[in-house]
Amino acid sequence: MHAFFDTRGRPALVWAGLALVAAALIALPWVLAGIGTAWVRITNLAVLYCFLALGLNIVVGFAGLLDLGYIAFYGVGAYVYALLASPQFGIHLPFWVILPLGALLACIFGMLLGAPTLKLRGDYLAIVTLGFGEIVRIFLNNLSTPFNLTNGPQGITLIDPFRLDGFSFAGTQHVFGQALTSPIKYYYFLVIVLLLVIVVNVRLQNSRIGRAWEAIREDEVAARAMGINTRNMKLLAYAMGASFGGIAGGMFSAMQGFISPESFVLVESIMVLSMVVLGGMGNVFGVVVGALMLSYIPEVLRYTVGPAQMAVFGRTLIDPEVFRMLLFGLALVLMMLFRPAGIVPSALRKRELEQVPADVG
Amino acid sequence: MDTFIQQLVNGVTLGSVYAIVALGYTMVYGIIQLINFAHGDVVMIGAMVAYSVIAVLVGAHVSLPPLAIVVIATLFAIPVCMAVGYALERVAYRPLRNAPRLAPLITAIGLSIVLENIALIIWGRAPLPYPQIIETVTYRLTSHPDGATITNVQVAIIGISIVMMAGLLVLIYRTKIGVAMRATAQNAQVAGLMGIDVNRVISITFIIGSGLAAVAGVMDGSYYGVAHYQMGFILGLKAFTAAVLGGIGNLGGAMLGGLLLGVIESLGAGYVGEFTNLCHLSGWSHALALRCVSDPHLALFGSNYQDVFAFVVLILVLVFRPSGLLGERVSDRA
Amino acid sequence: MSGDTGAAGELLVARDIGKRFGGIAALTDVSFSIRRGEIYGLIGPNGAGKTSLFNVLTGIYTKDSGTFVFDGSPLDDLKPNEVAERGIARTFQNIRLFANLSALENVMVGRHVRTKATVVGAIFRGPRTRDEERAIRRRSIELLDYVGVKRRANDLAKHLAYGDQRRLEIARALATEPRLLALDEPAAGMNATETAGLRSLLESIRGDGTTILLIEHDMKLVMSVCDRVLVLDYGRKLAEGPAAEVQKNERVIAAYLGGDVSLNLKGA
Ligand SMILES: Nc1ncnc2c1ncn2[C@@H]1O[C@H](COP(=O)(O)OP(=O)(O)OP(=O)(O)O)[C@@H](O)[C@H]1O
Ligand SMILES: [Mg+2]
Repeated sequence: MHAFFDTRGRPALVWAGLALVAAALIALPWVLAGIGTAWVRITNLAVLYCFLALGLNIVVGFAGLLDLGYIAFYGVGAYVYALLASPQFGIHLPFWVILPLGALLACIFGMLLGAPTLKLRGDYLAIVTLGFGEIVRIFLNNLSTPFNLTNGPQGITLIDPFRLDGFSFAGTQHVFGQALTSPIKYYYFLVIVLLLVIVVNVRLQNSRIGRAWEAIREDEVAARAMGINTRNMKLLAYAMGASFGGIAGGMFSAMQGFISPESFVLVESIMVLSMVVLGGMGNVFGVVVGALMLSYIPEVLRYTVGPAQMAVFGRTLIDPEVFRMLLFGLALVLMMLFRPAGIVPSALRKRELEQVPADVG
Repeated sequence: MDTFIQQLVNGVTLGSVYAIVALGYTMVYGIIQLINFAHGDVVMIGAMVAYSVIAVLVGAHVSLPPLAIVVIATLFAIPVCMAVGYALERVAYRPLRNAPRLAPLITAIGLSIVLENIALIIWGRAPLPYPQIIETVTYRLTSHPDGATITNVQVAIIGISIVMMAGLLVLIYRTKIGVAMRATAQNAQVAGLMGIDVNRVISITFIIGSGLAAVAGVMDGSYYGVAHYQMGFILGLKAFTAAVLGGIGNLGGAMLGGLLLGVIESLGAGYVGEFTNLCHLSGWSHALALRCVSDPHLALFGSNYQDVFAFVVLILVLVFRPSGLLGERVSDRA
Repeated sequence: MSGDTGAAGELLVARDIGKRFGGIAALTDVSFSIRRGEIYGLIGPNGAGKTSLFNVLTGIYTKDSGTFVFDGSPLDDLKPNEVAERGIARTFQNIRLFANLSALENVMVGRHVRTKATVVGAIFRGPRTRDEERAIRRRSIELLDYVGVKRRANDLAKHLAYGDQRRLEIARALATEPRLLALDEPAAGMNATETAGLRSLLESIRGDGTTILLIEHDMKLVMSVCDRVLVLDYGRKLAEGPAAEVQKNERVIAAYLGGDVSLNLKGA
């Protein structure tokens, strides 16, 4: 990954490539909007999933801590935003105040989960985190009595969109005769945030901290013997991962305008985990690809599986949603059996590995 | 007192089911140190298959006593579950036996999703009402007219569980395959050198566990009166908790853990409302006092938090006594 | 207690170290001391308790009794990472490299304990972090070169040949700037040429001022490189002293013969 940002040698080529990518990213929503606004929304969710997967990648991919309750932090962030920017309590704080708050609270939750489970072995940890995720969901579902905090299964509606100095992310404006719709505005915001998150992930990985995480993932005993404070490092991984989840949750709340506990179920945790696994744990570029694939494929299936069945059998035998989950399950199994390192060959990583360090004699 | 006895009876019933499922987790774990995440879904398959058989037999107006129908249905479910368990091990776990720990765990999650969605395709999304063909008979346990009771279904569940556990113990401690299983659990490598077919032992372990799971599925379905494609998830999680509570890898531990967890859960759900009743605090707040007039049972947490107890127990056990109640301490070698 | 700490020549003093695993007494009342700058051998038949001694020394296991005094201050109940920070680094009998990291990254991990960058630093990558990162890299490459695996710098550790893995483990340990380097059977699985290379590596590490504690079954290596040797048998100290003397000790010879391991006397 490092080499990717290393412009030494062929700066012109690299800059040209970057400019091309940037142009593509800028143009993308307009192209998609041409097909249908739904696709812009789908893309926004895909970007959000990339964000989530990169957060989980810190915990699972870097530090090797299998977390099956990750979506709980997303839920915490989402609810913090929803409660502080909706008619639920009549509070309407600006997003740049709430997002950090959500990140902070999620981070605290992350440490709360992390602290007692630090010594657990991988598979136990997986079950405990899963239990934790369920606990959070059960609370979200039931904290409508005796005091109505979360509004229970009905969820919270009319959540404020992002607003910046009078500029609202909701509604449509017209720029040069083009309709700048709400999803497109969010798209730009999300893509910028995502790029930042990618940079953060890459920098973390290639740092003293990231190496310590990877050492823990590879062999905890050896890591400790090398002087790594595994307790602090694991807590840090939880805290970082959870904060990412919290921020993503806040953005989700604002973008959707409505949230309910339904969005924070175990399957979502597994989905995000699958993205990390599919991309190759710890491989930042791969994780992004994994997240994009698992976000788009189901949508494509939605538009093809139903009609295809209609054409062949004359009726819908398998619900596309079920079909998608089946594929998920199978993909997880097949991945582990045949390509445990992820589908994306870590080409970038390889390139870094091939470049022999000649800087020292 | 009567509520207490009632919750105890319910807890023991529930605990018997947990114990049977927990045995499946613990046997597999004892032998290959793997958490068979899909085990709960095997239970679900058992419940579903039995449901279909019962529905077919009842629909066909077969003139059999209801008990016989349930027995036939269970006898159908057992081999199906055994086949599923066997297949899981062969296809998804065996190739990964020497892979890093997380790999089989992830395939297990994948299989769990696959099983649930296959069930969804076959049996649909809606909860299936379990046919209550056996007439429920209620026995009173105390002299009080609306005191604690126990039903014939509860008695049957507890009884069958005891019989199955006893049978399993006999199998493990009195038969040749039992010796092979224990030897493999001690040290698979050495067992292999002694001429034990380790792969066969592992397959048999999965098969036995799945057979038990099938029965547990029928018991669970009959007790709650519903079966659902996702019923295995929470049930499995709780049974796993039970196994950990008792000491994973330890048969007696799974039984003890199951019973304890069932009782903790029932008592917890029964009493949490009382313990977190806010009306004791009425003196502190006028608004609270007003609400308590209309609702004297106003509580911070109600029985809708029942599922939380198991998780809290799980976390507490893992933090304070990861080896469980009956488990031995194991240290990993450097 | 000042007697323990004073002696200028002593880097590590172990006093009455005891460790049991259930019914097995892995270590019983083991006392010895290692002087600065020496190569101190630790030998004994299989199961004698050598690795256990490493494990209690480095905090991986807690000892049941006794004290270690390292460089003048006690090492009581420190966690492994704290022990490493104090200046004791080790290798493992059954190699424990970070398998999916490159050889270079393995050594870079060793620099962790002597460097400072925080998460914030890592994310913002200010000049100080960048300088530190560059220094980590430079030093790690030097160390790879030093142990002779630089040409494999960018290969994953798991793809290295056995002998290279052993040497990489030494480089990783050296990266923590230890004052005491504890090696658990570094020559295991090496051929004669590799072992010869290892010997000169040990000599030059000692030459750089690092004290070495060496567990080894290869008696030829032990006798040629060690200044003094401690012999353990069934967790007890059997003998301690200069290599040449220990070699002649009858109890030692008996223990080895009884333990069915031949003491390669001729080669020494
Ligand atoms: N984690 C452990 N649990 C139980 N027993 C252990 C453990 N570690 C070591 N032992 C036992 O302690 C004794 C000493 O073992 P140790 O590994 O220290 O021997 P060693 O001298 O290093 O042997 P070798 O030359 O074979 O490496 C042995 O009987 C061993 O079985
Ligand atoms: Mg040893």
